[in-house]
Amino acid sequence: MPDVAISVQDLSKRYRIGLEEERHDTLLGAMSSWVKSPLSNFKSLRKLSSFKSEVESDDIIWAVKNMSFSVDQGEVLGVIGKNGAGKSTLLKILSRITEPTSGKVEVNGRLASLLEVGTGFHPELTGKENIFLNGTILGMTKKEIEKKYDEIVDFSEINKFINTPVKRYSSGMAMRLAFAVAAYLEPEILLIDEVLAVGDTAFQQKSIGKMGDIASAGRTVLFVTHNMSALASLCSRTILLDKGQIIDDGKTDVIIQKYFSLDENNGPTGKGEIFFETDVSNGGPFILHAMRTLDERGSIRDAYSSFEPITVEIEFSLKEEIKNLVVGFELKAELKLLIFRSFHNDKEEVFKFRNNSDHRYKLQAEIPGSLLNGGNYYLEPCATVFKKYWIFKDIPGLEINISFDVPNTDHTYVNGRPGLLSPILNWQQGN
Amino acid sequence: MNKTIIEAQEGWQLIDWKELLNHKDLFYFLVLRDVKVLYKQTVMGFTWAIIRPVFSMIVFTVVFGGLAKMSSDGVPYPIFSYTALLPWTYFATAMTKSTQSLIGNARVLSKIYFPRLIIPMTPVLAGLVDFTLACSVLGVMMGWYKIMPNSNIIFLPLLVILMILTASGVGMWLSALAIQYRDVGFAAQFFSQLLMYAAPVVWPATLIPEQYRLVYGLFPMAGVIEGFRSALINTNPMPWDFIFMGTISSVLMAITGAFYFRRMERVFADVA
Repeated sequence: MPDVAISVQDLSKRYRIGLEEERHDTLLGAMSSWVKSPLSNFKSLRKLSSFKSEVESDDIIWAVKNMSFSVDQGEVLGVIGKNGAGKSTLLKILSRITEPTSGKVEVNGRLASLLEVGTGFHPELTGKENIFLNGTILGMTKKEIEKKYDEIVDFSEINKFINTPVKRYSSGMAMRLAFAVAAYLEPEILLIDEVLAVGDTAFQQKSIGKMGDIASAGRTVLFVTHNMSALASLCSRTILLDKGQIIDDGKTDVIIQKYFSLDENNGPTGKGEIFFETDVSNGGPFILHAMRTLDERGSIRDAYSSFEPITVEIEFSLKEEIKNLVVGFELKAELKLLIFRSFHNDKEEVFKFRNNSDHRYKLQAEIPGSLLNGGNYYLEPCATVFKKYWIFKDIPGLEINISFDVPNTDHTYVNGRPGLLSPILNWQQGN
Repeated sequence: MNKTIIEAQEGWQLIDWKELLNHKDLFYFLVLRDVKVLYKQTVMGFTWAIIRPVFSMIVFTVVFGGLAKMSSDGVPYPIFSYTALLPWTYFATAMTKSTQSLIGNARVLSKIYFPRLIIPMTPVLAGLVDFTLACSVLGVMMGWYKIMPNSNIIFLPLLVILMILTASGVGMWLSALAIQYRDVGFAAQFFSQLLMYAAPVVWPATLIPEQYRLVYGLFPMAGVIEGFRSALINTNPMPWDFIFMGTISSVLMAITGAFYFRRMERVFADVA
């Protein structure tokens, strides 16, 4: 039996991303391009699948470039990196969804991949029918599923509704069922991408527990995540990716440190406003344009006094409607320590995002004054499809600086008080 | 132990039958899904499988049989057109659904690997359920008109295979094209309607001049349709010339379709 489960040699993958579409200011220009458009459309569509003799071009990106590493049998390897670092592309190549442009991968053993829970679930089919459909899509045979069927149903905790169409399920039930099928997948090598980032906390805990079981059962696992605590508890070794390349490979705790320092080096840009050029939703309909912080008078600033309220504004547009879209941001302190997360629908206020690709939505939230401490804070936008999956999060956002200040007193602290927050509370004398 | 090598594939690939066989359960459940889902939450349920060809038959009988006095090779016009509508409805449905199949499953394609060929083949097989149901109506009509099938009926399985093969070949070609060029999806829908008039559905193939029969036979559905009529309602002798030519073009289309599909499948996840 070979000791190496996966060996990756000099792997590269290039993608062509669409160039900006032509725009016309005159009617004549628009008309002539309309006449010519079938031909140019055909050329650009054909280019999606051919890279004839073009080595470098503006619309070609290398999602994975010259990657080499190997994973031993029974090893649990973590993969981290910022958005666009090539993590998902790497998993897609390893799971044979897409072909590499060059390089070679050798896989020893039966491999299954879990890039999403509930792939191929059909809302009209019953829970039972979906178990078989999803199970076979994931690579199990009918026999294997029949053998584990009772366990799957027990794990999902939906015994009573197993013959009900999945469309009648709550999203939580559907998610539990989907995860239950995936949990009983028994390949020799398992690739997992962020599937733990779904469901509520209790469910995430349960999933992480199950993952731990899989890891300790001696299976080889490749685990891509942004969840550092899950990473630290599951993986002993981690590789760090950036711009399609492996920039470090080693013990998980060391790599996590490096990951955070990476963020700081080319992290947030100042001036209280950041424009996003990259496609944060990986080709999805969500286009993030900008994020900024405003003071009470509406001017964009990046430095505030701690007593000032700060308005956070997120500007985005939607190429098409996203059902149950939730937009929010995370406030983080130094070392990217999460202080809180806030969503636009927290106060049951539901904004309707119409399907209007031209419209730029601007959502604003106010962080009250006299809450934050002195120092640097990071504001990172995020968006999710309610209770289902993250559209994006953990992307570099805004850095703001707070100088600690308590009006009407003589306190002066240069760097604030000790603590992450420094709220000014109402004190009074009791009886 | 399983050993898989992943690297960039060059050139044309054959169909990997062993891999397909390993995924036969998936194929089975996908076909089952298509069949079960099709008439979910409808009042008429599987009756829809019959309604479509029966209503087409009624309209054709009134327009072409009644008003236009189209020849029907000596059998009553309703059964003449219905016998042709059986394979034609199957073919048109399988073709349009197969063409759209990769687009409809794009999300699955970008999340998991399995032999892609299963996807366009699923509607081709699932359509056989409707086809079988619609066949039962023909049985009733044959009883009504007191028409007995002749010995040519032993060739019926052959015609059904030719019909499935044709739908498969077209499906492989068009689905692989449609995922990159969505125009193909629109075109398939509308051509399947036009193409019906090119097929001998509302008119008998005996109208084709003798010297053009071999060329016309290259359209595989011509042989299938006239073969059905010959075997079931005794119109003409078995049109072996059509069937021979149709088999050639159908086999060619399926082989080239499989090659084209296999060549394009490596970029499906990227262009979808």
